[in-house]
Amino acid sequence: MSHTTVDSSVHVDSHGDAHGHGDGEFAHPASITMLFSVFFTLLALTILTVWQSTLDIGAAEIWVTMGIATVKAGLVILFFMHLLWDKPLNAIFFLSSIIFVGLFLGFTLTDAQGYHSTVEIKDTLEASLPPAPAPAPAPAPAMTSTPTT
Amino acid sequence: MSDISIPTSGQADDHSHDHPAWLAHHFDDAEQQFDSGKLGMWLFLVTEVLFFSGMFVAYALFRSLHPEVFVYASQFLNAKLGAINTGVLLFSSLTMAWAVRAAQLSQQKILVSMLAMTLSCAAMFLGVKAVEYTHKWDLGLLPAGMYVTQGIAEPLHGNWLQILCIPAAVLAVAFAAWYLFALVGRNQFQLQIAGPLLVAALCFFAGVQLGVFLESGESHGAGHGAAHGDHHSDASGHSHDVHSGVVDHLVAASIPGQAFPNEVLVDPKRVGIDQPDINQRGRAGVFFGIYYMMTGVHAVHILGGMAVITWLIVKAARHEFHSKYFGPVDNVGLYWHLVDFIWIFLFPLLYLIR
Repeated sequence: MSHTTVDSSVHVDSHGDAHGHGDGEFAHPASITMLFSVFFTLLALTILTVWQSTLDIGAAEIWVTMGIATVKAGLVILFFMHLLWDKPLNAIFFLSSIIFVGLFLGFTLTDAQGYHSTVEIKDTLEASLPPAPAPAPAPAPAMTSTPTT
Repeated sequence: MSDISIPTSGQADDHSHDHPAWLAHHFDDAEQQFDSGKLGMWLFLVTEVLFFSGMFVAYALFRSLHPEVFVYASQFLNAKLGAINTGVLLFSSLTMAWAVRAAQLSQQKILVSMLAMTLSCAAMFLGVKAVEYTHKWDLGLLPAGMYVTQGIAEPLHGNWLQILCIPAAVLAVAFAAWYLFALVGRNQFQLQIAGPLLVAALCFFAGVQLGVFLESGESHGAGHGAAHGDHHSDASGHSHDVHSGVVDHLVAASIPGQAFPNEVLVDPKRVGIDQPDINQRGRAGVFFGIYYMMTGVHAVHILGGMAVITWLIVKAARHEFHSKYFGPVDNVGLYWHLVDFIWIFLFPLLYLIR
């Protein structure tokens, strides 16, 4: 037995007419085509990012990698998480968290890089070696004893 | 108030008021209930993003200050396994989104099977992860304080992979017994739950097999030509032999004057890194601390997600979801996609460093 019919809801939903997706007034079932196309795009981007990591593009590497990851993440958020069709308030909340992460990352990195050059880096290997022999005693004894000639 | 012809679940309370069991008292209608739940879940996801961001900042900080450590340590990470895990997780996101669609369209059977596939993908991810972790433990690549530098002759005892497989094996046997019991008793409800759980437990081992197969082919592996730690092998002694082969290399490398065997672990000079002090607890050890923390916390989130998806399967088997009540499926879906979102960033940052 399937109980899939919906006759009416308790309150007439003013949003109901505007949606008209599926059976319920507010359900937005994703289309299978959309789901699969997003999935295959994500797979292709994964292959792309693995391939580009085998190239040597120097300092641009991290930007390209993160760029591709951002596109993939964007696809997951907008389509799989349905944010594209969701209430804008949810999108605002999520975006604000990303902005705060950006602030967190940016300020911390700027701060650390700022004083890095003035920090004395003690090598862990060096630290594990036995201490160097003490230098010759200072000329303090010469002051107490009068040189004979 | 008019009646609603949406069915209530089998054990719904006999309410004397006029709303169905799936609509909580404090909501006016189904849509408001759904929107409120969704907002709550998005807020939780915000906290999750901030939670992970702490570890990402630690990563970024350490990498910006010691980039050479990351180049050195990344060779221990198997990018193939990482890529497969990425594919598995992306597929699990697809099946989860499909499950949400099925719930919205009141397609109960598709819903249960999609949730089952998501669970199985998660189990496979953990299986591959188990192989990755145990392989590192065999090589002494532990978090900072426990990091074993090359040439230290303290072997790590125990066939870790077999130990990790024990809980999964116990679960698999239990679920198989339950499934057979439900089959004999023709209990459709229990079959719909035990079946997915059994398949998921088996997929864990599929992941382990896949990981073992790919790990043994890696050039940086030290002397495990044969698939090591194959828990299915009848002679556990066999896997111990291969395991101790790895240890023998470690011991050999620590004896001064001994020539390094061909497949030795890592010689910093051969890698071309100038500073030999990278392979110390303060450097490479910290990298692995970050690696274990990020992937470990992520794996804990996967475990939590698996538990919640199991709960969803039970509810779905009770026919509780339909086109006006699918919030739980949708919200768990959001959580699951976030787990995927985190991994999308983890994978290139940890595995694809050159």
